[in-house]
Formats: sequence, structure tokens, C-alpha cells
Amino acid sequence: MKLFGRELLAQQRLFWRSREAAFFTFALPIVFLLLLGSVYGDDEIDGIRGSTFLLAGLLGYGVVATAFAGLAITLVVRRESGVLKRVRGTPLPTSVYLAAVIASTLVVVALEVVVQLLVGRYVIDADWPASPGALALALFLGSVTFASLGLAVTGLVRSAEGSSAVVNAIYLPLTFASGVFFSVDSLPGFLQAIATVSPLTYLLDLVRAEFIAGRDLADSGTEIAVLAGWGLAGLLVALRWFRWEPREA
Amino acid sequence: MHDLRKSYGDREVLHGLDLAVETGEVFALLGPNGAGKTTTVEILEGYRRRDGGDVCVLGTDPEQADADFRARIGIVLQSSAVYPTLTVEEIVALFAGYYPAPRDPDEVLVLVGLEDKCRARVRTLSGGQLRRLDLALALVGDPELIFLDEPTTGFDPAARRQAWNTLRGMRELGKTILLTTHYMEEAETLADRVAILRNGRIVATGPPRALLAEHVAVEIRFRRDGEEVVIDTDEPTRVLHELTAEALAAGVELEALEVQRRSLEDVYLEVTREGA
Repeated sequence: MKLFGRELLAQQRLFWRSREAAFFTFALPIVFLLLLGSVYGDDEIDGIRGSTFLLAGLLGYGVVATAFAGLAITLVVRRESGVLKRVRGTPLPTSVYLAAVIASTLVVVALEVVVQLLVGRYVIDADWPASPGALALALFLGSVTFASLGLAVTGLVRSAEGSSAVVNAIYLPLTFASGVFFSVDSLPGFLQAIATVSPLTYLLDLVRAEFIAGRDLADSGTEIAVLAGWGLAGLLVALRWFRWEPREA
Repeated sequence: MHDLRKSYGDREVLHGLDLAVETGEVFALLGPNGAGKTTTVEILEGYRRRDGGDVCVLGTDPEQADADFRARIGIVLQSSAVYPTLTVEEIVALFAGYYPAPRDPDEVLVLVGLEDKCRARVRTLSGGQLRRLDLALALVGDPELIFLDEPTTGFDPAARRQAWNTLRGMRELGKTILLTTHYMEEAETLADRVAILRNGRIVATGPPRALLAEHVAVEIRFRRDGEEVVIDTDEPTRVLHELTAEALAAGVELEALEVQRRSLEDVYLEVTREGA
């Protein structure tokens, strides 16, 4: 436990020192919220005030940017530079290391959510979440699911240079197709098809349901089941293909 | 280790190695690139699985390596790998925290000569400084056994000498050291015993001096009629006496006469070339 705590602190320090990671995963969703919120925060989307719709969507986007994209890129870079191999050569259990890396990611998500809620409320005049407790649970479930998918995707990436390309190629289209920025109903057919399988769609449905309608989590069985399924699938892929060593020749 | 075998795909890279390293010994695994040095060391460190043979490191099979085993070994990998955004003292302190009974991080930094750089970010270090940081990370857990995979490759001569001094210091602390290198001089100066590896087989093993003695030990060179003559001999006194007597009798000078002990490098070149 002491090892875990110390490693978590070290991971936090590493995250905030890496300006690229801190910008793309932490700051970018907040920047988007400010920009888009000031452009069409006063419009109505899906019958909801624009700023509230956007805030809920960008909470989901923040989860994906941090827990999926940020985590996957960080781990691939560490793997290819040999850091993971080096860590594995120490007595620190690999499970403690990975747990600390993931927990550190969740800490970043939590801070980001708080900042987004404050910016949403006080800068672009969005509403407060209707049921904060359920929203927190939904975001936690989403983060764990996407962290597990992030671990899984590292197995697909062969080089540090390719990591942001592959990861961005997956998650940027997903953010559009899943309705972060606008209603899925307004998308063309093929994007709607992606939306029906994308885990982000279900996370956003869940987040918007808790945020806007204050729906009980128990009434969101489908969304929770789909997210858990994706999370489990990610975990299985990660267990099979996650590597600690660089793919050297 | 006994009859160690390893294949990558259907290519066998280690063809049955036998090797025993004693406690407190500095042992060098010498060989050209691709001979199987890193593969061997990484099997001993617990990174790779073997395909055959028995391996016992500190009483443990490294394939069953657990935290206790890893706490007793120190590793310097072939390439440096540390978080670039941490400072030197931060990363050494972080790694110290992984071990049950670490050495004092400041002391370790002095040992490797990085005390002036302790507040520098890792990304600002030079190649040689990074290698020394690697060494510091391998030492900070106060291991009994240290693996060094080409610890001085890419060093300039001064840095290499400094690293050698550090390693001699390790040895005085009673550490067992297994190092790989393709620098003969390094093996010759540091190691109590050497094994020369070629194409996945050990082709010679023993103390550097014994290896030299087993092979033709002295080389005599001179010029006769503008042509260079080289004589390899185990009896330099007799051969030299005959040569000089002959020259004196004929009233000629042995031009460019040189008598040289053969270095480990010559032995190495000889055994790694045989049958290759």
C-alpha cells in the first residue's frame, strides 16, 4: 500500500511535468468547452441549453482523452523507450505499478471534471448536474472502461512515433461519431452506425442522463452493460497483448 | 547455468552454454555483436525464458523471479531508460523506494560521480551521464549481484576509465558482477574471469592471464629485405636469442624490431574467427 501511494505520487509528478500530456489530456477539453460554449452555448441542442449539452459531452470527451488516449500514448512511449522494462527489473510488483499509473489517470480525470463543472457553471452559464453522485459513478465507470481499452490498444501500436497517430485515429472520429459536440441524430448514416457500437456513445448517454435528467443509475442498465462489456473486452485483449518490452528488432 | 539453450523462431541463438560465476567475482562475457551476450544476460535477469537447460541465480530459477529475487540483483540494461522529466535525485530516490533495504541515494550519486547533477532533469544529461545514472539505479537497491550489459559502450576513454574505477569500487564492496562487453581492454582490466562467446557457444573461458597463456603469448616483428616478418612464439627468449645471434653474425640490423605480449584482444580475435 505504501509502495502504491508513493508510485501514485510519482506518476502524478510525471503527468504534470509532461507538458504535452498535460495539455492534450487535461487542458484541451477545457479549452474546447470555453470555445464551443462561447460560440453556441446559448443555442438549443436536442431540446437542451447548448452550454449544458456541451458540458456533458465534454465531460465524456475528457474521460476519453485522459483515460484512453493519454494513458495509451504514455504507456507506449514508456514501453518503447525501455522504461517499462527497467521498472519490471525492480522489486516493485508490476500490478502495483500499473494500478498506480491507472489511479493517477483517474485522479487527473477527477480534477478535470471539477474544473469543467466550474468553468461550465461560471463561465458559459451551464447548469449544475442534476444528480452529482450518479454522475460521478458514471464517469468513474467510463474512466475504468476507457483505461482498460487504453491498455488494450497499446498492444496494437508498434512504435512510440506511431502511438499518437493510431490513438488519435481511433478516438478523434469516435468523439464526432458519438455525439460529443452535437446530437447523434444530426449525423450521416455511416457515423450513426459507428455511434451504435461506440462505447463513448453509451458513456455520453449515461452522463447526459445523470447530468440533465437526473435519471436513476438503475434505469441505465443498457448503457452500463455495454460499457462494462467494452471494459471487459479491453481487459482481455490487454492481458493477452500488453507488453513490457520494446518491440526491438 | 548448464546447457542453456534459446531460440528465436527456428533460429537457435544459444547452443548449450555452461557457465558458473562465483560469489564476489567479476565475470566478463565477451563476444562480438550477435554472439548471444544480451540474450544470455536477460535470461539470467529473468526477462527472457529459456528453451532448454538449467539456470540457477542466487539459488533461484530466474523464470520464477519474484520481488525478493529482484531485490537482490541490480540491472544495467543495454540502453538507458528513465523518465526524462524527473531530476537525477528524484529518480534515484524513486527507485530506492522500490527496494527493501536501499543504499542512501546521495551516497550512490557520489559513487557514480553524478553528485553535481542531482538537480538536473534527466533529459539534459549527456550519454555518459545517463549511463552513470543507469548504474546508480542498479546500485541503489544494494544488490548482491549486478548485471551490466555493455556498461561503457559509447564512452570516451576518460569516461570509460572513470566507470572502471566505479566498478572496481563495487567489487571491493564484495558485489558479484557479471558484465558483457565487446571491449577486450575492459574485460582484461576488470574481470577475474572471462568467457568468450561466439555464435551462441562459449569458445574459451578462464582468467584473462590464463587465456593469454593458453594461446601463443608473444609476437616478434621485424623487417628483412623490406618485408615484414612476424613470429608468434611461446619461447620468446630462445627465439629472440637465435634471431639476434644470426643478425650479429651476418652483421645486419634487425630493422623495426618489436617484441609484444599478445593482448586478450588477439586471443579474442583468434577464437572468434576460428571456424567462423
